[in-house]
Amino acid sequence: MLTAEERQEIEAELEHYPTKQAVCIDAMKIVQRHRGWVSDESIRDIGELLDMSPADLDGVATFYNLIHRKPVGRHVVMVCNSVSCWIMGYETVRKHLTTRLGIDFGETTPDGRFTLLPIVCLGACDRAPAMMIDNQFYGDLDPAKIDQLLEEFK
Amino acid sequence: MPEKPLTQHIRADRQALDLRAYESVGGYQGLRKALGGMTPQNVQQVVKDSGLRGRGGAGFPTGMKWSFTPMGADAPHPKYVVANADEMEPGTFKDRLLMEGNPHQLIEGLALAGFAIEADVAFIFIRGEYTLAQELLTRALAEAYSAGLLGKDILKSGYSLEMRLHVSGGRYMCGEETGLLNALEGKRANPRAKPPFPQVSGLWGKPTIVNNVETLSNVPHIVAKGAEWFKDLSASPDAGTKLYGASGKVKRPGIWELPMGTTIRELLEEHAGGMRDGVRFRGLLPGGASTDFLVEQHLDTPMDFSSVQNAGSRLGTGTMIVLDDQTCPVGMTSNLIAFFAQESCGWCTPCWSGLGWAKQILAAMEEGHGKEGDLDKLSFQSKFWSPGHTFCALAPGAAEPLQSALKFFREDFERHIREQRCPWGA
Repeated sequence: MLTAEERQEIEAELEHYPTKQAVCIDAMKIVQRHRGWVSDESIRDIGELLDMSPADLDGVATFYNLIHRKPVGRHVVMVCNSVSCWIMGYETVRKHLTTRLGIDFGETTPDGRFTLLPIVCLGACDRAPAMMIDNQFYGDLDPAKIDQLLEEFK
Repeated sequence: MPEKPLTQHIRADRQALDLRAYESVGGYQGLRKALGGMTPQNVQQVVKDSGLRGRGGAGFPTGMKWSFTPMGADAPHPKYVVANADEMEPGTFKDRLLMEGNPHQLIEGLALAGFAIEADVAFIFIRGEYTLAQELLTRALAEAYSAGLLGKDILKSGYSLEMRLHVSGGRYMCGEETGLLNALEGKRANPRAKPPFPQVSGLWGKPTIVNNVETLSNVPHIVAKGAEWFKDLSASPDAGTKLYGASGKVKRPGIWELPMGTTIRELLEEHAGGMRDGVRFRGLLPGGASTDFLVEQHLDTPMDFSSVQNAGSRLGTGTMIVLDDQTCPVGMTSNLIAFFAQESCGWCTPCWSGLGWAKQILAAMEEGHGKEGDLDKLSFQSKFWSPGHTFCALAPGAAEPLQSALKFFREDFERHIREQRCPWGA
């Protein structure tokens, strides 16, 4: 079941678009903002609200890399693996993060604190290597800076 | 000092200009001028005369793009204008600067584009990761609405335009014009067949113009100061300034607004400060991941559309990625092709199948499992990624770095196969 708040936020978006489907990506992001991810149940509920079949909506959901169809940890770490970061030390960043967190890409730490994901170019190539934690960008990374940053996210 | 209309007011700490600060340096004068006495056709004409070409990669003349929109009483409505703020071309980080530093400049440019084609609704389609730009644009849109610069009857001119920020779900394909339209409609961002072109049948079948952030940010200045002024900014036949950038192992990676046609050598040596100590230049992608490698012999090429094309590459986004001698060219190519393979939407066979195959071959080569004949396979595969074999520019874009790498760094590829290892130790 969508909460009253989620439903209200989705309906507010509907006013600005000529079709219900146009809102479906926003709708999934609204649910994700509240719950961290988009479950099968949420896909059904959103689909019902927007007159889309669960299959159609899931087809959209799985196309976009910022919609999480699996549960994530409290903080999502997205590491840029595109070309400029690759040149500037992406491998060092990846190795340090996977060792330090004890997980690989697509996994969540057992304490539920971090999920580690790769991401394409973050558009800050003058500050490579780079990553995001939740909505915050961090550049010019090295192992010491990564350790310090991880401490800030409990 | 050459003029820098796009960035001269962006503060060193990138603290965004609010409405008052923007207006104090001439902001919204272009929109006031247009609404105060110009016709939409006048605005189209000045942009056409200015020679402005798209800054998102393809370089299509902006005024001409607008001129294909049906106009007048019989034209279908609502019409749409869209700012493509989905900056996802690897190695490209210029639109971020424009939106974080001066969000109103984009809003004004988009409003002018809207006026020029008599649009009713405008969208800024921004990538999800640009969280700061989203926040700043949201604030700037609210300021513009409350000052009567957007919404109903703008500046009492009778022209109305609603403008909304749309945050993407995230995928490289959203930067492709027709993929972006599908994304805005809440669909998978597969490309659409053209024709019909978006100018005639775009969002929800209505006339739609899509322009890049840097392109639109130029428009207020062109309208305010004229076509001749804009042409004079350039050092080449292509008008205006350009936001150039460099990343990789240069001393000072960054973004610089310079006259269109500044040479690669000047960018690399003067602005980027040359290579870092201990590494030597080997090549570069001049305008993002989907452009052909250029090497030493091309360093004096002016970075304008035709000169870079004559040198065998594309200006693309104008932000170059530099390869040094301590970095493996096969590894770099492998990284690029892995990106394109991942981002392929799966619509056309040469793209989803061919890119996946090439990605495997390159990864194996890096791991020391290269085989005789691999280079022929890569050449053969990439022939099918050319325009005409695919719906959109993704696969042609992937072919450019691969084919040029095979040309300029062939010996490095052969060494990987011969020695059954990456000589750079990957």
